[in-house]
Amino acid sequence: MTELLHLSPNQRAWRRFRRNRGAAAALLVLLGLMALVLLWPLCGLAPAAALLPKAMTHAPNTLSDEPFAPPGWEHWCGTDAHGRDLLSRVCHGARISLLVGLVGAAVSLVIGVLWGAVAGYGGGKWDSVMMRCVDVLYAMPAVVFVIVLVTAINARLEKWQAGPHGLSEEKAHWLHMAGLFVGLGAVSWLTMARIVRGQVLSLRRRPFIDASRVLGASHARILWRHILPNVYGVIIVYLTLMIPAIILYESFLSYLGLGIQPPQASLGSLMASGAAQINPIRIYWWLIVFPGAVLALTLLALTFVGDGLRDAFDPQAD
Amino acid sequence: MYFLKRILFLVPLLVLISFLAFVLVHALPGGPFDRERAPASPDIERHLLAKYHLDEPILKQYGRYLNGLLHGDFGPSMKYRNHSVSDIIAAGLPVSLSLGALAFCFAMGVGLPLGFFTAVHKGHWQDYLGSLAAAVGICVPSLVLGPLLIMLLAIKWRWFPVALWASPWHAVLPTLTLGLYFAGRVARLMHEGMLATLHSEFITTARAKGLSETSILLKHAFRLAVLPVLSYSGPMLADLLTGTFVVENLFQIPGLGVFTVNSSLNADYTMVVGLVLLYAVLLLVLNLAVDFTHCLLDPRVRYD
Repeated sequence: MTELLHLSPNQRAWRRFRRNRGAAAALLVLLGLMALVLLWPLCGLAPAAALLPKAMTHAPNTLSDEPFAPPGWEHWCGTDAHGRDLLSRVCHGARISLLVGLVGAAVSLVIGVLWGAVAGYGGGKWDSVMMRCVDVLYAMPAVVFVIVLVTAINARLEKWQAGPHGLSEEKAHWLHMAGLFVGLGAVSWLTMARIVRGQVLSLRRRPFIDASRVLGASHARILWRHILPNVYGVIIVYLTLMIPAIILYESFLSYLGLGIQPPQASLGSLMASGAAQINPIRIYWWLIVFPGAVLALTLLALTFVGDGLRDAFDPQAD
Repeated sequence: MYFLKRILFLVPLLVLISFLAFVLVHALPGGPFDRERAPASPDIERHLLAKYHLDEPILKQYGRYLNGLLHGDFGPSMKYRNHSVSDIIAAGLPVSLSLGALAFCFAMGVGLPLGFFTAVHKGHWQDYLGSLAAAVGICVPSLVLGPLLIMLLAIKWRWFPVALWASPWHAVLPTLTLGLYFAGRVARLMHEGMLATLHSEFITTARAKGLSETSILLKHAFRLAVLPVLSYSGPMLADLLTGTFVVENLFQIPGLGVFTVNSSLNADYTMVVGLVLLYAVLLLVLNLAVDFTHCLLDPRVRYD
């Protein structure tokens, strides 16, 4: 124990995390997946394409005249209903899904932490009013909430696009995605708010907070410099566990047709279009198996990393 | 006394929730009649709006709705004409209830023993294998599991029917698809609850008294270790019983989940508010029941 005393709590947590082999392996898998998915488009560029096998150089949106080709030399994961190479589409989809998960979780993080910290720090009447709001929102089915929110945002965007300052296709696409981020973040901040509020409530009565108040620190400074750093551990843990939840939510929305719009793809929309091709005559198993496996693997790696972080930040661990 | 207060508090909470849902759906772009053929004349459209009182100010509409609720009337559905919301709920709820109850039993039946078993064997290969299984259960979404099961077990090997809701045989695949995620969650909660309980002092006391290990685990530890699962089972049951879109849509089951999604997409105002209220009542009542059971199981918990 003594040799650890010179380390900060966060450094000690990182040490514990590295010693947890399962979580460290999951982190490596996750980083490997991210690197693969991010670097994949480079394979299609001219200098690399000459060296690599042809199957690695397909673009995700190029149509071809061999729909439903089973996995083989030409297409390692087969092709979809429009003859597009599934491998490149899965890579593209995984990239979008990870992006949605990260940004959506960040949005819910900002809302949840702000709401919880203000409620916990304000205390008394503020606290009860703000937390009753959270209770009421908890009692509404999230499905309805997210559908209404995303449709409302989309309609606003369409109106904008049709308006006098018509947006370009590219910009509209990014705006649609931003709307999705906001919608997903806005329905999943409730748990984060509850957790942060609980932590802040117990921190706010500590002597070191009184000390900084006596020294003349403003409320904003106390919250930002003294209270939030003490909640970091909890926040990071829940953020990691939030990302898979948001990726799942996006796949659900894609299944409804409200998520990522074609020709863009996410893992969820690939699953949805694979499920739509199920018929009793021919089985296109690769349309389900490959996106599904990548989706499950991503979620599994994120969950294990989140669990490892939670154990590492557990104050009773040493 | 505490529970009496909470029951009384339910009524204003539900009114608030219904109002929020009412305002929320009216914020949807367009109205319930937008997706249909364009009305023959503006006159017809005006009559249509007037028939459903959509031309009145929103507060007045809400007052009318609330008045209907007091008389047990959820109003007419605006998308499925000639059907009232109560009719549709009465038709879909039994299906969703039975599917949800089956999935709940599956989740508990698999999750509780798995969590118990892995916690007892902490640090051994049984623990690693079982915990991995629980994590896989959480991470294979029904959107992946459902199509896989249909393709393998229903189409390729023809063990089970592909879809529809008729015989008990039809219920197997949907129950598995729906229940696996919750089984994983229950197993993990049970695992953690068990580990925390086994560290507490009353277990050491029980061991010191010389009680048998079986009696310690089953009689003393289980009762407290199950509490996290109990708290989770309230929201879990509310989610399961009111229907889930993906599973119902994959297996063509006529439950409420499909209606929940479609009515939100179609701005079917009365239908959405009715379903939101149904969910809220279930959730709040179940949470109340959970807290009450919590009190009974753990003598240290006191509400006042």
